Amino acid sequence: MNILVCVKQVPNTQEISIDPETNTLIREGVESIVNPYDGYALEAAARLKDKNKAIKIYALCMGPSQAEAALRECLSTSADEAYLASDKFFAGSDTLATSYILSECIKKIESLEGIRFDMIFCGKQAIDGDTAQVGPQIAECLDYPQITYGLTCEIKDGELHVLKETEEGKEILAVSFPCVVTFTKPNFEPRLASAKRKFAAKKMEIKRIGVTDLDGIDRAKIGLKGSPTQVRKTYVPQVKKGGTVFRDGPPEVAAAKLAKLLVDNTVVKDIE
Amino acid sequence: MAYNQVTPEIIAMLEKVVPGRVVVGDDVNPDYSRDEMPIYGTRMPAVSIDVLTTEEVSQIMRICYEHSIPVTTRGAGTGLVGGAVPVLGGVVICTARMTKIISWDFEQFGVVVQPGVLIQDLKAAALQHGLAYPPDPGQKLGTIGGNVSTNAGGMRAIKYGTTKDYVRGMTVVLADGEVLDIGANVAKTSMGYNLTQLFTGSEGTLGIITELKLKLIKAPKFDVSVIAPFEDLDTALRCVPGIFTNTFRPTAVEFFEREILLLSEKFVGKEVWPKEVEGKPVQAYLLLIFDGDSMDEIEPHTERITDYLLEAGAMDVMIVDTPGQKKEIWDVRSAFLDCIFETHKLFDENDVVVPINRIAEFVQFFSKEAEKYDFGITYLGHAGDGNLHIFGVSDDMEEAEFKRQIHLWMVAMYDKAKEMGGELTGEHGIGYGKIPYFEKYVGPRNIELHKGIKRVFDPKLILNPGKVCFRLEELVSN
Repeated sequence: MNILVCVKQVPNTQEISIDPETNTLIREGVESIVNPYDGYALEAAARLKDKNKAIKIYALCMGPSQAEAALRECLSTSADEAYLASDKFFAGSDTLATSYILSECIKKIESLEGIRFDMIFCGKQAIDGDTAQVGPQIAECLDYPQITYGLTCEIKDGELHVLKETEEGKEILAVSFPCVVTFTKPNFEPRLASAKRKFAAKKMEIKRIGVTDLDGIDRAKIGLKGSPTQVRKTYVPQVKKGGTVFRDGPPEVAAAKLAKLLVDNTVVKDIE
Repeated sequence: MAYNQVTPEIIAMLEKVVPGRVVVGDDVNPDYSRDEMPIYGTRMPAVSIDVLTTEEVSQIMRICYEHSIPVTTRGAGTGLVGGAVPVLGGVVICTARMTKIISWDFEQFGVVVQPGVLIQDLKAAALQHGLAYPPDPGQKLGTIGGNVSTNAGGMRAIKYGTTKDYVRGMTVVLADGEVLDIGANVAKTSMGYNLTQLFTGSEGTLGIITELKLKLIKAPKFDVSVIAPFEDLDTALRCVPGIFTNTFRPTAVEFFEREILLLSEKFVGKEVWPKEVEGKPVQAYLLLIFDGDSMDEIEPHTERITDYLLEAGAMDVMIVDTPGQKKEIWDVRSAFLDCIFETHKLFDENDVVVPINRIAEFVQFFSKEAEKYDFGITYLGHAGDGNLHIFGVSDDMEEAEFKRQIHLWMVAMYDKAKEMGGELTGEHGIGYGKIPYFEKYVGPRNIELHKGIKRVFDPKLILNPGKVCFRLEELVSN
């Protein structure tokens, strides 16, 4: 089986500060990292590979030449092959154009390698743009079924069973191959890079895909010109507070806790 | 010794020196009765004073000296040997509010600070100027005054040394209140007895440090952590000496076992460390740090150490160089002590140092010894310098019985450490809890010299009484 993991190189937003004069991000000296959610997607693929060594993991990144570093990081932990989609015609693409380019790249890699991807994994969103659109849009471009907000997954009876996060809790969905899954943060971190792999990854070839490699791509749908998105203004969204879920103990205990919370917050007066 | 109680008259005199800051009786913060190791006993002082200046300390000491009042100085109280416990009551002087960084000397890599500056704040402030204060004790919420008083060490000692290597001079208030300035912000001195170093590690028994002249270094720009998992601790520890004979130049070499790692991951709620390699469970870990001014400087070392560690039996070697991952793995490592403190009802500890080529043998020894007793053990250590942290823990034993058994275990360990050519304590000091072991370890002549030095500085034995030398019993029976 073959899994393709889409990764994005992003600035480490934990280190970013805002220029008080211009109100813009100070990007100078800020290191670039693999988008953390993409790291969880790669780890999900690696965990499938732990159980079935025949699985091959491909990493695909769109970005400038420096983004090679992100791909080498993927090779250091678990990716077997890496492709960089890099071309000045790709620059300025919004999420729609990006998804279109990535889906064309996916088809190209399939033909170059003579394979079909059974699974396309993405992070649920990138920590710089935070749109959470690229994964689902790739699924639409490829006309594949998709599951979003995945935590973990396993292959069972010829399907992929994905444990996913929902607003109410968690659920398991099964999906047939080929499919697209986007991943969010599970309760574990991606594996650390083995030194031997890391040193080897430095020397590994990263294959390039440019616009001329993508036969039949519609140039009117890529790059800045091909991007319908216009940013009118940016603002910090209001954070919706998550509810409280009482999971510990039997239902009576949970109910008692809920009742106490309601009384304490004077939502209700008293409960006999 | 004839000590006096703190009378209302004395309180009135103190109140004149530090109006509004003389706290008496039940109003004293209970934290001032203890440090982080309450197993050695706690006691409330009659009076506590949060001091702010050298002059205040000087005037307080004049009063206390004249009236023979015991005085115990404390910082943040993060010590582990009962050193800050006012075992004779009296006055507690707390320097934790003396938090000023007074001046920087960028040409000579120096900084002058008050003793209450926290280690984490000193490090952060230095880094703002591209400088580093290298000593790296696990407890970053301790004060620099406390660190100097115990000559704190930490995990970077193998490359950068310990606190003493960064103390160039200080202002000290002597027992009678006189203020002494010693040392200077220069690199060399050959001027008589080295009093700066004598006060360093003297645990508040010779004088009260109110200002420090410290040495800094240019901060290394990059660092990389290297994790080596092993199938057993013995194999891990046996490859430590080779790390040095092969001149890999690590900044730190730490070791610990699976059990404490699992506990700590659960404690901090993170799962980041590798627990198995190719299906085999990891039992022990070495964690190394390499630092330098560029990745080009560090990488040849990490490549060579990888080959060496794999050759020496590591199951794998992982290089951790992204800030996010480094934070994750170190958050887990840094929580070990808190994890032990929080998860056990009773605990006691030592921090012996043994030659690095005998750590494995020492671990086997104390583990086997502990089988004779009812308590459990857990341990970790600075494999690079032979400084271990060995805990006895229990959740169900009676405290008296726990202490009785622990004492026997400690005696056996200290005897063994001495036989191996080690030291009784690497970084925690003697304080109150380790005096009996210290006396046995160094012998009567050495203790007499300690007492002689103490009498020269503190003839009335009022400064942090009952610590380092002169047992509490000796002080109250005389």
